[in-house]
Amino acid sequence: MDQIFQHVINAMVLGSTYALLGIGLTIIFGIMRVVNFAHGELYTLGAYTAYGMVAILNLDFFSSILVAALFGMLIGSLIEYVFLRRKDLKNIDEVMLIMIGIMIIMQNLELMIWGGVAKIIPTPFSQDPISLGAISISPTRVFVFCIAVVLLAIFYLGIERTRFGLAIRATFQDQDAARIVGVNVKRIYTVTFALGSAMAAVAGALLAPMFVATPLMGDLASLKAFAIVILGGLGSLGGAALGGFLLAFIEEFGASYLSSAYRDAFGFLVIIIVMLFRPQGLFAAKERVG
Amino acid sequence: MAISKRYLVSLLVGTLASTPVWAADPIKIGVSQPLTGAVAASGNYVTNGARLAAAEINENGGLLGREVELIIEDNKSNPREAVNAAEKLILSDKVPVIMGAWSSTYTLATMPKLEEYGVPMVVETSSSSKITKAGNPWIFRIAPTSAMEAQAFAKKLDNFDPPIKKVDFLSVNNDWGLGASQEFEKMFKANGIEIGRKETVAPSTVDLSAQLSALKNTGSDTLIMTSGVEQLTLGIRQAAEQQLSQRIVTTGGSFPEPLLESPGPKGYTSSHLLFFSPWTPESAVYPDIANAFVDAWNEAGYSFAGLSEGFRGYDGIMTIAAAIEAAGSTESEDIRKALWGVHVKGVNGDISFFKDGPEGKESGQNEPNVYVVQLKDGEVSAQ
Repeated sequence: MDQIFQHVINAMVLGSTYALLGIGLTIIFGIMRVVNFAHGELYTLGAYTAYGMVAILNLDFFSSILVAALFGMLIGSLIEYVFLRRKDLKNIDEVMLIMIGIMIIMQNLELMIWGGVAKIIPTPFSQDPISLGAISISPTRVFVFCIAVVLLAIFYLGIERTRFGLAIRATFQDQDAARIVGVNVKRIYTVTFALGSAMAAVAGALLAPMFVATPLMGDLASLKAFAIVILGGLGSLGGAALGGFLLAFIEEFGASYLSSAYRDAFGFLVIIIVMLFRPQGLFAAKERVG
Repeated sequence: MAISKRYLVSLLVGTLASTPVWAADPIKIGVSQPLTGAVAASGNYVTNGARLAAAEINENGGLLGREVELIIEDNKSNPREAVNAAEKLILSDKVPVIMGAWSSTYTLATMPKLEEYGVPMVVETSSSSKITKAGNPWIFRIAPTSAMEAQAFAKKLDNFDPPIKKVDFLSVNNDWGLGASQEFEKMFKANGIEIGRKETVAPSTVDLSAQLSALKNTGSDTLIMTSGVEQLTLGIRQAAEQQLSQRIVTTGGSFPEPLLESPGPKGYTSSHLLFFSPWTPESAVYPDIANAFVDAWNEAGYSFAGLSEGFRGYDGIMTIAAAIEAAGSTESEDIRKALWGVHVKGVNGDISFFKDGPEGKESGQNEPNVYVVQLKDGEVSAQ
């Protein structure tokens, strides 16, 4: 029984970070219809920004996460402004190639700057785990979980309860109608891309201290983010959050009770099953194409 | 004016005299290592060791009067890329001999190309027994097989107090990890030690918590962990976070270097099977060679803990150099023949090859030394 609780706790922590990753990707797709292949690189950018701030510039750990978010936001808005602003986003092939190009450039820049060897990001938290009976968890993981949940809540309230959120939702539903009622759609695009990128960067800055920072860490993150978003339904914010937790639970329990060798495969197996019976994803509504 | 001209001429002559003049084109030696990707740390350490060996050879007059030039290719911790790296080295750079390719999986992927083009490869790290049993006569391995490592560890079993009675395994899911867990399982069974739970992990996984939670309360006293530097570091840290009661023993010669600077919880101890212990170079078979290597490494400003893997690159290049010198030629076939006769005094100890694999197509296998060290609170001691 203790073991089940330990797995639940592991899955909750992992799920919260998966949700952050998924939401950043899905909001960009939902509003702009851009498949952001550079999402994993923005995640890596966040991790290395935090590393640079803490280990090189001796900034405190908490401020480094904020700096990572702001830097992610800046780079995200730059990508949108420089590469996507003048493009016809309906031309999916061209936009996709641009995003793949950005991914390759960012990954190689990270390699050039930081080298291939993994970096550990020091945190102010004790290395001694917190114990609750037979269950134990490191203070860093508790912190990551809390921040991720708070960020998800802020993101949800921002979209649902603010005027700007209303404009984002309006653009999400019908761009032309939004434009007619005075929404500056181009500005919404920039802000959306910046927000999505910041979410990825924060996820990187939060996760790297739990694990390590490497230039290729974005590959796996991208793969997971796409899996989460497909599971939850492309463009569905709630779907991405729930998809994140669902994927984490599938991986954790599949690895523990069936076979750890197929940990990543379980997630994708479930995705294939979902695609067969509910191709729009678990939480998205069906959409008319064409 | 005349004086300054004479001064300039003497300066030029002096500069030329201090630069070695090589008889002909450099002798190229190919190096295929994972410089990026999941096991990048190890690949970079091995490559640095190779660089030190090449520098030492060139300082002492090169090989056959020619400069040694390393052509280093990144196999990106990926077997497909390892094949590309080998093909590029052989076809484009025209190297007569290669050292590589760190992981057993990358080495196994590269091996058919060696046979196809007839180029020998000195294998510095890979430990899967398949490599020398496959019947590839172009393979010369200086690293121990997992079976040798397990046998060497069997001799150290008495050093553990309380004694090892039941073991679990956490292995990277590739030829190396699976092969090592099989060989260690055989050895433990032969020594009357019970086998508990066996878990595997994909090479790029960073969150091992599911596997580690499953290993909790198995009743085992020891966990044998096989993976690269990055995953060992994560595994030991996360095992401490989850308060696993088993003592951790890592195999394969990698050392979780980042734990020296950022140790896990206080008092947490892990043991590591290494093929060179830079903390105790005096315990090496040739302490003078080991000490000289450690000095050169430190002088180059490389990270200290990388020494435990960096020596592989040094010993590998020194072995190739000995073969080229003995062959008196830079033809691949001549180097291959000469490799059978080398006797090198390396950082690990004596290097020479015995025949392994199917008759008529044997590979060369060396019998290296194994050391066990203990890591506690960022401090390392010999065990």
